[in-house]
Amino acid sequence: MMEKVKELLRSFGLPRLIIAGFLLLLFIIAPFVGIRVGASVSDTLARFGMNSIMVLAMVPMIHSGCGLNFGLPLGIISGLLGATLSIETGVTGPLSFFLAILYSTPFAIILGWGYGKLLNRVKGSEMMIATYVGFSSVAFMSIMWLILPYKSPTMVWGYSGSGLRTTISTDGFYSHVLKDFLQINIGTLSISLGEILFFAIFAFIIWAFLHTKTGTAMTAVGSNPVFARASGINVDKQRTLSVIMSTWLGALGILCYQQGYGFIQLYQGPMYMAMPAVSAILIGGASVNKASIANVIIGTILYQGIVTMTPSVMNNLIHTDMSEVLRIIVSNGMILYALTRKSGASR
Amino acid sequence: MQNVSKEYNGNPVLKDVNFTLKQGEVLGLVGENGAGKSTLMNILFGMDVIHQTGGYGGKVLIDGKEVKFASPLDALKAGIGMVHQEFSLLPGFTAAENILLNREPENKSVLSLVFGSRANTLDRKELQKKAIEAITKLGVSLDPDMLVSEMPVGHKQFTEISREISKSSIRLLVLDEPTAVLSEKEAEMLLKAIKNLSAQGISVIFITHRLQEILDVCDKVIVMRDGRIITELDAEKTSIPEMARLMVGREVNAGHAQTKSEERPLSENIVLSIKNLWVDMPGETVKNVNLDVHQGEFLGIGGLAGQGKIGIPNGIMGLYPAGGHVMLNGSEIALNNPRACLDASLAFVSEDRRGVGLLLDESLEWNIAFPAMQIQNKFLKQYLGGLIKWRDQAAIKDITDKYINQLQIKCTSSKQRAKELSGGNQQKICLAKAFALQPKLLFVSEPTRGIDIGAKALVLKALREYNRQNGVTIVMISSELEELRQCCDRIAIVTDGAISGILPASTPSEDFGILMVGKTHKEAE
Repeated sequence: MMEKVKELLRSFGLPRLIIAGFLLLLFIIAPFVGIRVGASVSDTLARFGMNSIMVLAMVPMIHSGCGLNFGLPLGIISGLLGATLSIETGVTGPLSFFLAILYSTPFAIILGWGYGKLLNRVKGSEMMIATYVGFSSVAFMSIMWLILPYKSPTMVWGYSGSGLRTTISTDGFYSHVLKDFLQINIGTLSISLGEILFFAIFAFIIWAFLHTKTGTAMTAVGSNPVFARASGINVDKQRTLSVIMSTWLGALGILCYQQGYGFIQLYQGPMYMAMPAVSAILIGGASVNKASIANVIIGTILYQGIVTMTPSVMNNLIHTDMSEVLRIIVSNGMILYALTRKSGASR
Repeated sequence: MQNVSKEYNGNPVLKDVNFTLKQGEVLGLVGENGAGKSTLMNILFGMDVIHQTGGYGGKVLIDGKEVKFASPLDALKAGIGMVHQEFSLLPGFTAAENILLNREPENKSVLSLVFGSRANTLDRKELQKKAIEAITKLGVSLDPDMLVSEMPVGHKQFTEISREISKSSIRLLVLDEPTAVLSEKEAEMLLKAIKNLSAQGISVIFITHRLQEILDVCDKVIVMRDGRIITELDAEKTSIPEMARLMVGREVNAGHAQTKSEERPLSENIVLSIKNLWVDMPGETVKNVNLDVHQGEFLGIGGLAGQGKIGIPNGIMGLYPAGGHVMLNGSEIALNNPRACLDASLAFVSEDRRGVGLLLDESLEWNIAFPAMQIQNKFLKQYLGGLIKWRDQAAIKDITDKYINQLQIKCTSSKQRAKELSGGNQQKICLAKAFALQPKLLFVSEPTRGIDIGAKALVLKALREYNRQNGVTIVMISSELEELRQCCDRIAIVTDGAISGILPASTPSEDFGILMVGKTHKEAE
């Protein structure tokens, strides 16, 4: 019996246990400091809906051995291009959301393809290169957002008539398209089934993909590229495919985020978007070269739970705003922990 | 210098090794790969490897006094110099600088008053003089001002040796295969140098695979096999065939070699034909191999390490850059393309089990089924007219269980991860992986490397049965000649990147030994 408990604990992992325990503690304290638990849970679930697909975007690249997708901003930029183009066409309502997905797809494929080619040249240090791919693409697009000939009055600077604003409202376009779809309200608790369903569809697609012949090949490439090559697999092709998938999921993820948040954030917005996603999947128990859909779900709930609960509970407890500090400690600490564990957990 | 005697006990790779060496004597040390030569020398030289693996038993005596070297530095102080197979030279420095590296003659400068001896300047003139002294002692022509990076290989070797003998206390020099990289002319010079040293009272232990050189320079010869000294011979009274026989022959206990009566007739059909193959595999370069493999036969490829035998299958299967022509059943196979080979029903069990052969972090099921799934679309369920190829978990489990039973793989279940298995069982997984491809021709490279004797016998038996019962042509590459002689119909010996001869397995091992050291029978006599 003891053995079984120990085994269970080991498979769940100590860091996850600590974070889950901490989260539980926060939920227990919450009512005593005057925070409604129902609202907190709704908040956590809403954030889960907004962020989960960006966390899912980590999975293909981890499977092919490209490491964590620190270059997520590239995918986000594809999503931003899709979003702005969709608004530019003037289509409103839910249709604009599908248009945004549609428009962002070619960008994600082209950018992902180039990004994949680059990562194939720097095998062994993908994550560092990916980080700078993300940073530099954000810088480049900061220029482009000013130059690109967008005309829609909802998006351009009011006083000059050209160049996109830093924050664009999705109101009237696709704000809350998923969030308000199939929403369940029980007292203070509100659950958006639409967002969860949307995530479930893509999580299922990725899960299914990993069970196909190509998905198996991709996992093998990540597990042992030399083995894969000796088995007749084109390693570079598989890696490029995984990067394209990750980039496209990143684009989808940011669109999902925007509909829940209500705003499109341009310029420096995507800069540090990769960190929470990376952190979440690591908390979920993934390592640099192993990740599952369960890791995505558990990780996103834990991470977003901490991010939602810590500030409100802590602020009410000690009457100082240290939410941001805690968030940074949790997310960067988790990345640091996972990266040092790399050698232990890897092949 | 008095008698140097050494004894080691209790070490599994070296058993009761005793020998003595007198001042100025040249001792030849010969043996197959893995016979224990390098371990013996590492002990003598106090290498870290020895301490880290639990030290050694027995005693090393110099001048009648027992010594125990804690590190190579102690050995150097005691007057033992060693030249390794790989060069340890600074390419951007001249020969003279390399020879006296870290022992440079120094001049005091103004700065050294303040900063101590670390700020001394080099005495270039003295350095030059000392280097030339060492070179002259060696008796070779070597320009002390030449940069190492611009030197031919032979000169690098001379620089290494000069460095060792420039140490004033040097009394014993160990040369580990110094002639392996040298041309014939350079080797001759080196042999002359060894004689010079010996005349000056420096003892030399000379390790080589070229038996002729032993006859040329050594006073006596020690033949090692399986961690034991087989015999000590007087170099003047022995011959190449005698040494070769002693080197490769071993007690017949683990199965027996094929006898003449067991020979099978060779099929007329040539299934694989290799023409002018070259392979650029580091450490196992193949230069020009021409080889015909007949239908249904079990062909062995043997030879000493580094001669290129392992490069042959790695080159054909596209794992290392290769060129030449490879024909399977009359149709040409594209080289440098692993997929093309696998599509042509070739399969390969790599010598690098953990690096190339296995997905260590995945289940046994994945390991066995993966290549067959990817290459031949086996173990897949197809939906939407083949658009979706879904992994058929049940079929994968079936095939894995089948091979676990057939090859007696010891594991907890087919879901166990490959890295948790022992070496022998991992090797069986590699074989199962290849069998699952149902190849027409199977390359097996060093199938018994690093696995225990029991597992060895099982692996060899599985291969033999697969060949005999399924009629699959097998080409097995192995460093162990006896292993090849047990399984194979014919054995090809690779020397210096080319086939030096093909003989039936029933040929006496002495003849193979002669081929290995690069001599045809005629020359040896």
